[in-house]
This record gives sequence, structure tokens and C-alpha cells, in this order.
Amino acid sequence: MKNKFVKWLSLPYAVWSIAFIIIPLLMVFYFGFTDKTGKPTLANIMSISLPVHFKSLLIALLLSLISTIICLLLSYPLAMILSSMNKDNNKLMILIFVLPMWMNFLLRTLAWQTLLENEGVINTILRSLHLPALKIINTPYAIVFGMIYNFLPFMVLPIYNVLCKIDKNLLNAARDLGANEVQTFFKVTLPLSVPGIISGITMVFVPALTTFVISDLLGGSKILLIGNVIEQEFTLNSNWNLGSGLSIVLMLFIVISMIITAVFDKDGEGSAL
Amino acid sequence: MKKVFLFGLLATLTLLPVFGCGKSYKNGEVYVYNWGEYIDPDVLEMFEKDTQIKVIYDEYETNEMMYPKVEAGAVVYDVVCPSDYMIKKMIDNDMLAELNWDNIPNAENIGAQYFETSKEFDPENKYSVPYCWGTVGILYNETMVDEPITKWAQLWDPKYKNQILMQNSVRDAFMVALKLNGYSMNTTNNDELQIAKQSLLDQKPLVQAYVVDQVRDKMIGNEAAIGVIYSGEAIYTQRENENLVYVIPEEGTNVWIDSWVIPKNAKNKENAEIFINYMCKPEIALKNFDFITYSTPNDAARELIEDEDIRNSEIAFPDLTKYNNLETYKYLGEDGDELYNSLWKEVKSE
Repeated sequence: MKNKFVKWLSLPYAVWSIAFIIIPLLMVFYFGFTDKTGKPTLANIMSISLPVHFKSLLIALLLSLISTIICLLLSYPLAMILSSMNKDNNKLMILIFVLPMWMNFLLRTLAWQTLLENEGVINTILRSLHLPALKIINTPYAIVFGMIYNFLPFMVLPIYNVLCKIDKNLLNAARDLGANEVQTFFKVTLPLSVPGIISGITMVFVPALTTFVISDLLGGSKILLIGNVIEQEFTLNSNWNLGSGLSIVLMLFIVISMIITAVFDKDGEGSAL
Repeated sequence: MKKVFLFGLLATLTLLPVFGCGKSYKNGEVYVYNWGEYIDPDVLEMFEKDTQIKVIYDEYETNEMMYPKVEAGAVVYDVVCPSDYMIKKMIDNDMLAELNWDNIPNAENIGAQYFETSKEFDPENKYSVPYCWGTVGILYNETMVDEPITKWAQLWDPKYKNQILMQNSVRDAFMVALKLNGYSMNTTNNDELQIAKQSLLDQKPLVQAYVVDQVRDKMIGNEAAIGVIYSGEAIYTQRENENLVYVIPEEGTNVWIDSWVIPKNAKNKENAEIFINYMCKPEIALKNFDFITYSTPNDAARELIEDEDIRNSEIAFPDLTKYNNLETYKYLGEDGDELYNSLWKEVKSE
């Protein structure tokens, strides 16, 4: 009886996911594999090989890879510090860290635009201190910066989660057996935190790869990422078929990164966000 | 086919009942889809009070963003305000309803020459009522340039590297490049377009950013020296920053008209006509002009402008006979659109 009741409780979620995930996904596949007249075609998918599209995919891959690596390098030490702090202090730290995420993503990115602009807040301050101005707005650097800023928490939290769960006795045992701090880190801590790292990487890499807002606002629309191409096919060129076709190609990369996650993170430890 | 799928999606959505809240309106509602910041918000409130029709108001940033939404019909709009060439496209695709002029008596306040110009895209004046018009030109900051800017060619001057703001929309960007090279901005000649594309590619390293509505704020904030802008924004920006100057470039430019139209599938056509009629009232048109500073084709409203400088402003009401090579955008057909779009994508992705 109880089981049945629980099953019914999942009904709203089932309806939700059918209406807003399954059906739209099927529509994307339908549009992606047909042309404007509704005839089946592979042209939309194959158009990724066009220089225009291929280049924007490569740039998107490159920029999101760079920001994922930087996020990882920044997050790991931070997560280690957080997990070694005592409980009360680190709750506050985490709150401070998560706080900006309560604000709308678009607003945060717009705020960075006004901060980074040539006549923006940061440059005005720098100039009044007679320091050289920061000229990164409308360049790929600003896009990478925006990606790191927006997605950093998604890297920190899963790693922090995994690190917290590591049994302190393992570390003590390593030290008892003569391993120094560096050896302990590489032989015990790092291998045990791999699930968190992997899930952090996916959670940063996937949204960074597909973003179009960050490149629009911080890149001055001068750098076209694959996300921008898809967005423009839908909003400007009203070519839903091409947009869907390219989305399917992009989904391939997302599925690949999810498979990697699944292989490394069998117990789903890292995904407990 | 799109519609079938959308219907499926919508069917699930309509399960959510629509609850009206707050005030009630006796005479139904009207769904308005207009450009961003293209009306005085007070006017909407006055309209609701005067006519007891509730206004549901949405905004878009470019014609190209508006079209697929109206076409897909996810929300059925009663009044839309597209530009000239987009109106032609909508007429060609049988998306517009003929207006009943008996319901829009105030249209007589609109100057005859604007209806004459409208014939380029609406040959029999059956579908559209002019709302705003203007030119596309260059806005520059006197303190940041060495000499007055008078032509498009100066947007290719390397000394203004990173000081130039271009429009982030296909037609406007190509208009600049085509006029630079002395071609019509309505060309579908591939050779001419390739040359224009090359010009845009040459210019790209000099461009600070491709923007739409942000030109205004960036120019006011001294963020750039030169920007491509709609004439209607010029008066507003000058109020905020007195160093800004607007010019119509020597090589010629685009003269555009944005007009009210009613989509064929509109559910509240009569309310839509009441809305359009209300917008044509001189005092309402004046109120809108004061707020958005885009040139009004409403002659009666122009008479009411108290400030003589503005009433005779060369920016708001230029004497078009003085300029050469002025054109209005024409709808290029589906193939033409596709050609422009793919060339623009090449420019942007470089």
C-alpha cells in the first residue's frame, strides 16, 4: 500500500518532465532531422562541418575547457580549506559563497558588464589610483571570466561534499604508515575525491559550453559561440530546423561528458549538491 | 507542422487556468506587442481607464525576434508594431488583417506623405497605420573625435579602433556596408553583398561591440566615440550628454517607418482598432513623442509641440529632400533573407 502511495506522489514530477523535458526534446529531434517542408534530412546535423559552425563549436569547446580547468584549480584548495574548518565557521563561508547564486544569473552578468567596461567602475577606480586600465571587456578573456564567476560554485560544492565524507582515520593511518603530507594527498585524498571532481567538471563544462548570454554581454557579440549560433537560428533567422540540428550535435558532447561522469562516479556521491 | 507540435505543448499548458487579478475591465482586453521602450507607460494606463479595455503588453528588440513569435502564435497578439520591410513580409505571408478605417477616424491626423511612403510596403494602405519614423545615422561624441563625422567611411578609420559601436542586426549592419560601397541597401546581388561582407570583416577589428539598445547607454556613458543609432534615440541621448551629435551620413541611409498592424489571427480585432485609433489622438501621440523622442508622423501632434527647437528639429523632422540616396528597407524574400543571414553569420563568427 505504502509503495503505491509513494508512486502516486511522483506523478507531478512525471507530468512535469513529460511536458517540459520529453516533449520539447522530441520536438528538437523532429525539427533537427527534417527540413522546412517537413521532409526528413540530415543536412541540419551535417551543417556542423561548415566552417562558420565548426569554428564556433571549437571556440566554445576551448573557452569552456579553459574556464573548467581554472575553476578546478581555484575550487580544489578552497574546498579543502572549507572541509578542514570547524562546522560553524564553514557554514558561514559556504553561505557567503552561495549567496550570489540567489541573484539572477542575467543580472550578475550585466553587473559585470558595467564593472568591466572601459569607463566602468573598476577602471574608474584604477584610473583614480593612476594604475593602468583593465581592457578585457568585449574580448574572449571577459567571456572566460564570466564563465568562471558564474559557474565556480558548481565546482566547489561537489568537491567540498566529497572531501567532507573522507574518513579522517584514513588520513591518520596514512600518516602513521609514514606518508608525508604530499604523499597522503596524492595517494589518499585526491583519489577519493575523484567523483566530486568529475561531477564538478560536468557541472561547469556543460553550461559553459552551451552559454550564449555570457558571450553576448561580456563579449560584445564579437565572438560567436555555438550557443549563440543556435540562439540566432531560433530568434533571428527563424530556422528552427537548423537550430535543432546543431542542438543535437551539442547534445552529443553533453552526453559524452555525462557518460564520463557515470563511469567515474558510480555511487553518485559527487552529484549530491 | 510547427503548429501541430506547438498545439501539443500548448494543450498541456492550458491545463493551468488563467486567473484574472485586481481590477476588472468591462470591454475585454487587447494584446499588444511593441518594441522595447516604445510607448509612454502612462498612455497605457490612460487607455485602460478611458476605454475599459485591459492591455496585455509585451516587448521585442528586433523585427527578426518578433516575427517567429507572431508566426508560431504561442501568444496571439492583437496589435503589433513592425517596421516597413517586416510588414511587407507579413503581408506576403498572409499574416495581417485588413484594417477597418471606419474604426480609426483619428488616422487623418497622420500626415499624407507618410501614407504615401507606406505604399512601398503596403501598396494600398490597407494594413498599416504609421506610428513612428526616422533615419539611421551616426551619433558621435564631439570630445572624443578629431574632426566632425559626416560619412560612413569614417567608421572604417583605424584611429577609432575600439571606439565604434555597430548595430547587431543583419539589415542595419549590411545597410552601412552597402551604402559605404555605393550599393542599394536592398540589393540581393551576390557580388555586391560579398564586397559588403568583406567591408564588415575589415571593420570588425575596429568595432568595440555589436549592440542594439545598448548603443544609447554606452554613448551617454562616454563608453564609445561613435555609434550607429536610430534618429529617435538621438534627442534622448543629447538630453543626457550634451557632447553627442547626430548626423545623417553623406552616403545615404535608411528611412524607416514603424506602423501598427493587426495580425490575421487576432482575437480582439475591434479592441485593436480602438487601441490604434487611441494612439493616433494628437495629445496621445505627443505624450508618446515626449517620452520616446522618436519622430511622430502625426502632424496634429507635431503642431502641439511647445518647444520650437524640437518642433523644427533637423533630427526629429529632417527635410528628406535635402539628402541623396535615402531608401526604405524592402522585404528581400526568403532566399534574400537567407543570403543576408548566412553572410552576417560569417562576419560574426570570424
